[in-house]
Amino acid sequence: MNISMLLDMPADVFGERTAVVCGDQSLSYGELRAAAQRAAVAFQKAQARYVAVLDVNSPALPVALFGAGYAGIPYVPLNYRLTRAEINELIARVAPAVLYVGAQFRDLIDPRDDVQLRDTAELLDGEGDGGFVPVDVDPASVAVQLFTSGTTGKPKAAILRNENLISYIIGTVEFGGAEESDAVLISVPPYHIAGISAALSSTYACRRMVQLESFSPQAWLAAARAEQVSNAFLVPTMLSRIIDHLDQTGEAAALPSLRALAYGGGKMPLPTIRRAMALFPQVDFTNAYGLTETSSTIAVLTPDAHRDAAASTDPKIERRLASVGQATAAVEIEIRDDAGQALGPDEVGTIFVRGGQVSGEYLELGSSLDGDGWFCTRDVGFVDDEGYLFLDGREDDVIVRGGENISPGEIEDVLIEHPAVADAAVVAMPDEQWGEAVAAAVVLRTGAAPAVEELQNWVRERLRSSRVPQAIVFKDELPYNDMGKILRRVIRQEFLQGAA
Amino acid sequence: MSKLTLKAGTRVSSAVSDAQLMVIKVPAGEYELTCGGAPMLGPGESADGSASLADGDAGACLMGKRYVDPEETVEMLCTKAGAGTVVLNGTALDVKQAKQLPSSD
Repeated sequence: MNISMLLDMPADVFGERTAVVCGDQSLSYGELRAAAQRAAVAFQKAQARYVAVLDVNSPALPVALFGAGYAGIPYVPLNYRLTRAEINELIARVAPAVLYVGAQFRDLIDPRDDVQLRDTAELLDGEGDGGFVPVDVDPASVAVQLFTSGTTGKPKAAILRNENLISYIIGTVEFGGAEESDAVLISVPPYHIAGISAALSSTYACRRMVQLESFSPQAWLAAARAEQVSNAFLVPTMLSRIIDHLDQTGEAAALPSLRALAYGGGKMPLPTIRRAMALFPQVDFTNAYGLTETSSTIAVLTPDAHRDAAASTDPKIERRLASVGQATAAVEIEIRDDAGQALGPDEVGTIFVRGGQVSGEYLELGSSLDGDGWFCTRDVGFVDDEGYLFLDGREDDVIVRGGENISPGEIEDVLIEHPAVADAAVVAMPDEQWGEAVAAAVVLRTGAAPAVEELQNWVRERLRSSRVPQAIVFKDELPYNDMGKILRRVIRQEFLQGAA
Repeated sequence: MSKLTLKAGTRVSSAVSDAQLMVIKVPAGEYELTCGGAPMLGPGESADGSASLADGDAGACLMGKRYVDPEETVEMLCTKAGAGTVVLNGTALDVKQAKQLPSSD
């Protein structure tokens, strides 16, 4: 049992239907399976320990993913946005390997004897199944290995086993559930868990994938219109950029085929989701919360919950627009305090999750699940009395001011609601009296020039005085990684050096 | 009746129809497994044509549906559709009603 069964079923039933489109390239489910089986034969001949890929989105990427599944060899998509040194370090960690690379990235790679370099385009060459013979693959074997983004240190190799990914897909996706006219626009990079889960779930649902090589608001809008896209997944910064583009150009927000927009991968600013819901009133918005180590989504805020929250004046319902929703049926979620005791509604603690899709495992460190199968996400948050989960940042980001735990998220939420503020990040800075104090980096809207005291008063009026940033600096922009995750470490460093 | 050794990943097929299932989870062990009244075939076995669908069995395996025992300790995925009710150790398996979620990927 391996992830290739998620392609076998669509290829058996809907072989002629289009599986994936990218520019002028396209493959049907039957063609995708044949190409993946040819690739599997090539991978087996290479006798590699890993199948690695360094390239942008194209039909060759799902070919490699499913091909590695057919061959029973772990698939490792690499992040092409890393530096040359970082990329070669990751390659060294997967050798001996066969590495498929796009022509534009070839020069980044230092040749080594134990890595067979091939062009990604080869994955689409040829006819038939290449003489593929099915192999018996242990469900507990590794299907995909993803290097975490390494925002806090050296990238960790997260392990996703076939049983984790299959459990996730068949537990949350209805086989063949998509209409033939449906299409999903994929703009997340292929080396991210969202890219992996998009390929697996779209294929199992038989929803045509429309791939973008790289994201820009113009390219996204053009592809959504040209391919009559019905579904899409975005990280919050992508949605912000699409909205900014529409606002700046005055272009009509016309996406008549778009029915569903899911988002995740980072914190969604409330003004952005409110604006998006107003611009695209016909669209069902879904907030999906998940981690690499959980094979993607573990909680969803449904379209109905979005609409109820937006329409409500009950603070308890209204605040759910900022929630990541309720645990999916496939997992359990629990909030625990520092001593490991389960907490009740509205009590802030660390988020734990358990379920078949949860791997919680790293190559070098082994399993991080506790004896009962619970995984510590290291995310901080709480659930309300109906199970709606609210995120409050990472454990590492909590500011400890004179023994009081302060999460940056609630202060950022308040700052960003100020009319002069376009973006805000709150971090800890060293303080002689309190140990740590609250510091904020703020990006102002064009033409706005509020005094620091005005923003401090704004926070004081809405939160406890301990939450008021002791220092506020104004920046042209905040540091984000390519998936829209804020790099607090960089901001903390600036306050530490007093350079800010 | 002959018993089948089942583990996660085992593929079984019906002796009376095109139905095929894959075991998703199962406590390790041997099981009596029938489809349409006839013992199901394990990996590598093929039907000899002697079995036929039991009279009055109007059941069917539907592609992509998950079939579970009442305790949900056993779960099988239909990977190919076909006629016949699937019965495990004397109890018919039920379709697991998946809670429909909006597409999140």
